[in-house]
Amino acid sequence: MASKLLLEIVTPDRKVLSQEVDYVGAPGIEGEFGIMANHIPFLSALGVGNLYFKEGNRTHYIFVSGGFAEVGNNKVTILAEVAEKAVEIDIARAQKAQEKAKARLAKAQDRIESARAQAALQRALARLTCKDAAQKAGTTTH
Amino acid sequence: MASLKDVQNQIVSIKKTKQITKAMNMVASAKLRGAQDRIERFRPYADKFYEMLGDLAAGADSSVHPLLEVHEEIKTVGIVLTTSDRGLCGSFNANMINAALKKAAEKKAEGKTVKFYCVGKKGAAAVAKTEYEIVEAYKDDMTHFDFNLAASIGNKVIDAYLAEELDEVFLVFGEFVNVASQPPNTLQILPMSSEAAGEEAESGASSEYIYEPSVEGLLAELLPRFVKVQVYRGLLDTSCSEHAARMAAMDNASRACDDMTETLTLLYNKTRQAAITADLMDIVGGAEALKG
Repeated sequence: MASKLLLEIVTPDRKVLSQEVDYVGAPGIEGEFGIMANHIPFLSALGVGNLYFKEGNRTHYIFVSGGFAEVGNNKVTILAEVAEKAVEIDIARAQKAQEKAKARLAKAQDRIESARAQAALQRALARLTCKDAAQKAGTTTH
Repeated sequence: MASLKDVQNQIVSIKKTKQITKAMNMVASAKLRGAQDRIERFRPYADKFYEMLGDLAAGADSSVHPLLEVHEEIKTVGIVLTTSDRGLCGSFNANMINAALKKAAEKKAEGKTVKFYCVGKKGAAAVAKTEYEIVEAYKDDMTHFDFNLAASIGNKVIDAYLAEELDEVFLVFGEFVNVASQPPNTLQILPMSSEAAGEEAESGASSEYIYEPSVEGLLAELLPRFVKVQVYRGLLDTSCSEHAARMAAMDNASRACDDMTETLTLLYNKTRQAAITADLMDIVGGAEALKG
């Protein structure tokens, strides 16, 4: 029995990642879920948040937004509109985005505007936590 | 008859033009390669996306989703026209615009209102001269666009469709067949035909999946994205076609320059010879007169 599974992350612009991993944790739309080898076929929508995978004793973090996960045959495919490895995340930009989103949220007039601001804020926060988690795990260089 | 100096000036100016067209040809070919790369990079995503959608559509009884629903009365038609921002690419933009305007005229003849969403300066400029309304024009975006552009166009038309402001949406783009051929293509993106969504349903021998949330919930997430994927594909194709068309146009221009230089050089030599002959005649005539 295989004990590893292949993780593939693709976005419209590029293939972000394709490698063998031990464990994948993904932010499902109805809560986080974990995938290990020999999982049964599974299809889920992803929310905005951090995906992480373990390889050996190292944990890597990736920010994803607007995606889907398909699991089957010891292969996890993530289709995301945006996917950034922790190392690629621009902290300064995320912080700026966070402040901007907060300001927009504060003076949002209608429901749509405030929902948009909230989504932007959520993305900025997720990026920051992603970088943070990766720094703690010491895997920002990967 | 043109003087010697005139012809020489003309030759010099044509040679300079040729330098420019040649440079543009090379730039276009480099950009074409880049654009083709992007299509290649997009392919894994698109393939996987269709596969997933196929699996889902096979699992679900053609479940009713507002984007699949055909509106009862079709009053307003939206056309998303993709063109380039810059000219000098032969008849490429004209072809796109003509295809879009033909579609618009067709719909108008059926008594429907037509609204335009224009990507690229050229299309927006051409449509602005017609009677049709431009809801949104994206200018200067074709040179460096990413999925966000497709997403924002997608969201615009989806919102309008759900609000029943639009009842049909078409995408006009330059299909990149190969370097020599980029015919305009018109694709209906809304309402989605369930065949398009379930196109690959039969090939996908779908295994028993666990779906989270439900099949319907997943479809609700996937279908709007399908619109964006189609728009993105259209944009990528158009940008590829634009560069290919410019390459061909500039190649033609360079060749035309060569032809003209050749003709002019011939003329130059003839004129020069004529001038020399005339001079000689003068000298000989003068010498004869002195002898006499």
